[in-house]
Amino acid sequence: MTARVAKWPGVELSAADLLEGKVTQTRFRPDAKYAWSAGEAISRFLEELQAGRLIARTCHRCERILFPPRMFCEECFRPTDAWTYIRDTGTIETYSVSYLDTDAKRISEPILVGVVSLDGASPKMGMMHYFGEMTKDEIRIGMRVRAVWRPAEERKGSVLDIRYFRPLREGER
Amino acid sequence: MRVGIIGVGLTAFRPSTPEYSWKELMFEAASRAYADAGVDPRADVGSFVTCAEDYYEGFGIFDEFVPDQLGAALRPTCTVSGDGLQGLANAFMQIQTGLIEVAVVEAHSKISDVLTPIGIIEHGLDPIWNKPLGFHPYVVAGLEAAAYLRATHTPTKALDAVVSKTRRNALRNPIAAYGAAVDMDHVAASEARFEPLRSLDISGPADGAVVLVLASDRAARRLHANPVWIRGVGWASDSPSLETRDWAGATYARLAAGMAYRLAKVRRPSSEIDVAEVDDRFSYKELQHLEALGLAKSGEAGKAALRGAYAADGRLPVNISGGSLGCGNVFEATGLHRAAEVALQLRGDAGSRQIDGAKVGVAQAWRFVPSATGAVAVLGAGP
Repeated sequence: MTARVAKWPGVELSAADLLEGKVTQTRFRPDAKYAWSAGEAISRFLEELQAGRLIARTCHRCERILFPPRMFCEECFRPTDAWTYIRDTGTIETYSVSYLDTDAKRISEPILVGVVSLDGASPKMGMMHYFGEMTKDEIRIGMRVRAVWRPAEERKGSVLDIRYFRPLREGER
Repeated sequence: MRVGIIGVGLTAFRPSTPEYSWKELMFEAASRAYADAGVDPRADVGSFVTCAEDYYEGFGIFDEFVPDQLGAALRPTCTVSGDGLQGLANAFMQIQTGLIEVAVVEAHSKISDVLTPIGIIEHGLDPIWNKPLGFHPYVVAGLEAAAYLRATHTPTKALDAVVSKTRRNALRNPIAAYGAAVDMDHVAASEARFEPLRSLDISGPADGAVVLVLASDRAARRLHANPVWIRGVGWASDSPSLETRDWAGATYARLAAGMAYRLAKVRRPSSEIDVAEVDDRFSYKELQHLEALGLAKSGEAGKAALRGAYAADGRLPVNISGGSLGCGNVFEATGLHRAAEVALQLRGDAGSRQIDGAKVGVAQAWRFVPSATGAVAVLGAGP
């Protein structure tokens, strides 16, 4: 419909008009900086990530293994009880193929992202991450995957210490 | 239907708490409140109200991050973007509808996570009228202090008395972050900041969490609780614009108190209220708020403060908790902390700072600089 309108009423503005100050405007950049305390559970989790391990907390009442770890069980509302390592293999719970970047620009090589339920944690607990060494045609819900870690010297105690999850190879478990 | 506070939970207030995440702080306060009330949040609570402003948290849609550490997973929750007393009013009304029997209210501060707290407060100024001037947002408190002191002929010395009394009160409160034996001379000699305010007129930041459990009278009986009744709540806002608001009189507090007193059937607050916790995040605010709440005549609060009328053994004990000057500025948790303190006083559970025979108390909070918004709750001792 807009194609049939030859001229819109009003004054058209270009980006240049804004940059050159031809338009009345106020600019303000908020001074908003944060440094969140990760807390007891996530601090240990990040330290373990840097060491190339995944750690969870157990709740002795509901007998779940909570990952990512927390100091309280949200089901039982009580403190969790113990630390336990889980494995860096798991199953794709759900995924999406992203064709746009955060700036809504088209990506030539689409990004594979999704949630992995990790082995050793209670069902439906795991990590959101990237997938690699697979194509958008190969990825599927239920696929078995394993973490690909950054080299130890590059790890910083961040979820990016894992680069992505790749398909489990034949014979791997 | 009557609504009562049946559980009180507070963490210690500290200038910073690097060892805990804000979720872990909330879990601690919630655990204490549920133990105090004798309730299981997974079975007994019908609604959870949290009070937070996303800019203070540093992430968006705060309410999404709430349920787990409050025992509220898969339960009705909502967030009030305001002071804890506004959340208390919300929970009070939810119970009044009859839909909810037991409701939880939470508010917290993790201001130590904010590297630029002044930048966040500045962001509350009008973007076209005020921000281009680039002044420190606490200038707004200086403007108000100057107008208040002049309009009421209150001497600056009265502020010295407020600070000295309140910081000393905090020494009797184990959760307070800034308790100190401060003399009036120390206040007068402290560095000029936003005239007439000096550094000791300004509360310091603190982290902490507060959780209250509210119940209908029926639920309180069923739970064998010992409730402190919420007799009235009120909230109001003056003009947000710096150019048109009432600088001298804290109109928002007068209107909020009027609403709360009407509900509570309090006709002569100065003779009916036994204990008051009012927002003192800047020293003059204690005096200005006492006058707005009808607990002192206009221009009389400063003189009464100099006579010691608001000390623990005075005519009206004010900010026996140590207030914000002594406990720390816990931002959106300020009002809920004060309601918790009044509840403890009315229950007789205020430890070494207990006021004898307190039957009716008032808690009041303001939404801090640069706002002209506040809320009030009137609480009464059982049965």
